[in-house]
Amino acid sequence: MSQVKKFMYVNRRPPYGTIYAWESLEVVLIGAAFEQDVSLAFVDDGVFQLIKGQDTSGIGMKNFSPTYAALGDYDVTKIYVEKESLDERGLSLDDLQHLTYEDEDEDWAEKDSIQLVSRAELATIFAGQDVLFNF
Amino acid sequence: MKFTIQVNEGPYQHQASDSAYFFTKAALEKGHEIFRVFFYHDGVNNGTRLTTPPQDDRNVVNRWSELAAQHELDMVVCVAAAQRRGIVDDGEAQRNGKDATNIAPGFRISGLGQLVEGGIQSDRLVVFGD
Repeated sequence: MSQVKKFMYVNRRPPYGTIYAWESLEVVLIGAAFEQDVSLAFVDDGVFQLIKGQDTSGIGMKNFSPTYAALGDYDVTKIYVEKESLDERGLSLDDLQHLTYEDEDEDWAEKDSIQLVSRAELATIFAGQDVLFNF
Repeated sequence: MKFTIQVNEGPYQHQASDSAYFFTKAALEKGHEIFRVFFYHDGVNNGTRLTTPPQDDRNVVNRWSELAAQHELDMVVCVAAAQRRGIVDDGEAQRNGKDATNIAPGFRISGLGQLVEGGIQSDRLVVFGD
């Protein structure tokens, strides 16, 4: 399996209420072992998945949001967040977790994983993928 | 063309499994190859042999089993999703100390790597869900 494809996981739903967000993350973590060219997109209510300071104690569900901070260690370094989705929900980048990775090509310098992109830019990024997983 | 099909919803509540079934059947009839059908999220509920729909309705589970038998389809139920929702085969029953199994003929339980492999090996990965 030497072939490398561009895999994108598109997250469209809020983190709780349904299990899609958590089970999407499970695919990303397992998929990382296959050494594909992986990226994540967060659109619509999916942007709520990355909100910092999540507290699920009131709903009795596991708070899995700390897992996003580990994505850099899995070589998942491209995380696209749609700007319009943030704007429509009164959110900005400051409301999201600060996700980073260490760039092995630049002496392990710490870099931001999250890239803010417009809806139009994201459409172009979608078009360039080989495999799109929708969650 | 070589396809992998992902089914993300269970039978009856959503149309996703019906649509996936008809797509898979049509693709096979046109001479395409189905590398794998992967059941994820509530889609794993398509793999229980214990459903008993009314006689005047379609039987979603049996339909998949029959299609698999006809075409030697590889139908995989995600193990992590199955464990949460109680889809059990002999191996899982033994591993997790369960007193019954319910996996339908033609389905097997395996890991998410099978889905990712499907994406790599196939020309198209087609997702059916909401």
